[in-house]
Amino acid sequence: MAQAIVGRRYRRRVLVNRLMLVLTVLATVISLVPLVLILVYVAEQGIGSLSIDFLTHTFRPISFGTTSTGGGVLHAIVGTVIITGFALLLAVPIGIMAGVYLSEYPGNAASTAIRFCVDVLSAMPSIVVGVTAYVLIVQRVKSFSGFAGSVALVVLMVPIITRTTEEILRLVPQTSREAAIALGAPKWRTTLTIVLPMALSGIATGVLLAFARAAGETAPLLVTVLGNNNLTYDLFGPMQALPLLAYRYTEQPYTVLNQQAWGAAFLLVVIVLGINILVRIVTRPRSHR
Amino acid sequence: MRTEISADSRRIRLGRQLQHGDLIFWIVALLFAVLVVVLLGAIIAVTWSGSADARHAFGWHFLTTTAWNPVSGQFGALPAIYGTIVSSIIALLFAAPLGVMIAIFLNSLCPAKLRMPIGMMVELLAAIPSVVYGMWGIFVFIPFFRSYISTPLSKTVGSALPLFSGPVNVGRGLLVAGIILAIMILPTIAAISRDVLAVVPNSQREAMLALGATRWEVIRHAELPYARAGIVGGMMLGLGRALGETMAATMVIGNTPKIHASLFQPATTAASLIASQLPNANTDLHSSALIYLALVLFLITLVANSIARALVWRVSRTGSGA
Amino acid sequence: MTATAANPNIQMPPAIDAHLVLDGLTIYYGSREAVARTDLAIPRARVTAIIGPSGCGKSTLLRSLNRMHETVPGGRAEGRVLLDGANIYDPSVDPIHVRRRIGMVFQQPNPLRARTIAENVSIGLELDGIGRREKEAAVERALKRAALWDEVADRLDRPGTALSGGQQQRLCLARALAVEPELILMDEPASALDPIATLRIEELIRELMTEITIVIVTHNMQQAARVSDYTMFMNLNERGSGGVVEAGPTQMIFTAPKSKQTEDYITGRFG
Repeated sequence: MAQAIVGRRYRRRVLVNRLMLVLTVLATVISLVPLVLILVYVAEQGIGSLSIDFLTHTFRPISFGTTSTGGGVLHAIVGTVIITGFALLLAVPIGIMAGVYLSEYPGNAASTAIRFCVDVLSAMPSIVVGVTAYVLIVQRVKSFSGFAGSVALVVLMVPIITRTTEEILRLVPQTSREAAIALGAPKWRTTLTIVLPMALSGIATGVLLAFARAAGETAPLLVTVLGNNNLTYDLFGPMQALPLLAYRYTEQPYTVLNQQAWGAAFLLVVIVLGINILVRIVTRPRSHR
Repeated sequence: MRTEISADSRRIRLGRQLQHGDLIFWIVALLFAVLVVVLLGAIIAVTWSGSADARHAFGWHFLTTTAWNPVSGQFGALPAIYGTIVSSIIALLFAAPLGVMIAIFLNSLCPAKLRMPIGMMVELLAAIPSVVYGMWGIFVFIPFFRSYISTPLSKTVGSALPLFSGPVNVGRGLLVAGIILAIMILPTIAAISRDVLAVVPNSQREAMLALGATRWEVIRHAELPYARAGIVGGMMLGLGRALGETMAATMVIGNTPKIHASLFQPATTAASLIASQLPNANTDLHSSALIYLALVLFLITLVANSIARALVWRVSRTGSGA
Repeated sequence: MTATAANPNIQMPPAIDAHLVLDGLTIYYGSREAVARTDLAIPRARVTAIIGPSGCGKSTLLRSLNRMHETVPGGRAEGRVLLDGANIYDPSVDPIHVRRRIGMVFQQPNPLRARTIAENVSIGLELDGIGRREKEAAVERALKRAALWDEVADRLDRPGTALSGGQQQRLCLARALAVEPELILMDEPASALDPIATLRIEELIRELMTEITIVIVTHNMQQAARVSDYTMFMNLNERGSGGVVEAGPTQMIFTAPKSKQTEDYITGRFG
């Protein structure tokens, strides 16, 4: 073909095209490198420190020179389960009902305002939430507590649950609702017996994601739960949690504790990524956010 | 006849009960929904009232003074605000171009089979707990950074450019924090950019293709301009996330409330200053100043996120990216 | 046409001075045959219309003439399309060159959003680099040829999307004209427009025809009769792919169609 017509800059254009396309591939690869490095490193360090003792013992005091790998993180596992479990107990009803309201009564001023608040909450820095729980609870009762941590986590979980619930309920076909209402069922019964059950797996997804997010949160716990070297079931005193322990032990000069920090980090990553991968595979057809 | 009447009246009574049921359901749902508003209201009210001492003591000077001394009761937030903004901007400088490139790759170049796994892997970066990023930063990235980046840079460019001057032996500092934050906000930017690029109508692409544009020219002249507002929105959302991120910053930035010219020196962010000092705050003024700082941080992220949402909304709803 | 033309109902002018020659062109999407083997010639500086019921491959055939169908995943072609004797499907040919010489106007006006009127016109030239003064002149020339200059001369820096539908379509025509193509393909260019805007587009087609070869897809037979010199009638064959049933001078197709299918279609008995 007559090259002369097209182009003075043809060569350059083709070159720029190639270059940019290669750059996008390169950017993607570069971005995945840290993910791989982090996962490999966490697995490498973490698996090594896993043992029966690690899972069944609590903190054991260490002095310089000891090489024993004694002690474990049972107290942190228990703490994480209690704190996030209690938070889940509070966050699930609030989140789901708010989501139901937003999807079943949309378009009024209240739902617009509530949706705005959900958006603001979901973008709230977790440390600010932690500070609030600190002022509201820790300062009042003059004691750090697992309870204050739970309250902070509730605030972080609710927007995730609300949003997923709303999105999922929107996907329930309007015809299903109309069919039930045409049969004479009132709205509340339609919602509770038809709409919600149809959306159950989607809502469970939201709850799981919220749990994963909360389980990995450290900052709000740092200023509310504080940390505790002993095993405790008392929600109203200082507790330990996995992410908190990982942070504290990392800052310690003892290699033994550093290793345990990696063990805790490994547990966290397995839980959090496990949930995320599971959720993404189950809900694949949906858009990715 | 009588039975029919009673059946009728029963139906009416039932109808009323049903209406009551709906009313109760509406009220209950609304109450829970309003609880969300209450949560937000509580955060604002608590940080406002909790910071009263510090606000009265320092007023606006809090934002412009640099002394942070719990012992003498001097609290100026400028170093923390400076560290927060500079580390977040560094993060954005790294993450924004990478994130957009990933979005372009996933949206228009990636083979269909790889789209889902690669997209998922990028998003998994967002799910890793931030404390793990912090640990990786301390044990892996900082030693690497000190050997291969900060030491050579400070020895060469550093003598002329204060931005890159030494000493670098601490390891923890602004630039390291910025890079770790970049990894953390990358998925946000990539995901939003990908979403808005996906809504670019095919007719826009065809307009360029029919003129004899290369693949890149289609992206450059049709897709990116159309999605520009949304992409900028994604960057702002990423910025918002970097501004409020606590643990990774706390662990790798060095927690020193001072302003240094060099990016290799330890600094602090608002979030990390709060996280590291609030549990140990001895005086009321100290904790009040930290709560004041939380309030400031909240407002900064609120502004960034509001702008972001407005921009993303404009592209995905009205489709006018102008 | 050469002897390979299996279809005796195709009576286009001889290939010898045709602008485009379709030589055994077959179009596929994946493994599905979208348009069956076609052999015919498209004459220079004339308007050729493609008519037929919807879904019969009109747009696909049109898009294969500047390789736009390849931008859809799975889109490919076999056979040859000769532009002034050179095969645009030759492996050594970059589709960029083809599309630069054979422009296209789409069904829905698609001015680039976030670009001004002037930028919309000049974008094709900018790809190859162009001086500012040269550009202004080219923009004016293209807008005048598209009969839009008088309406937009005072607001060239407004967004292209601020224009009315008919104006937007003429803007897209100006955009295609700006790079000085030899051929323009139009895919139902007036179907989204009101009658008056449609009329203006048709007038433009008749004016442009003196210098440019035009191929236009339309489902509107009156439009085909009004604007075209030659007409191709396409229909689905028994295998479910589209194919050219009959082609020839418009006058002949509409008054004395050879094929029963063509006659049924133009008399409105189906489709």
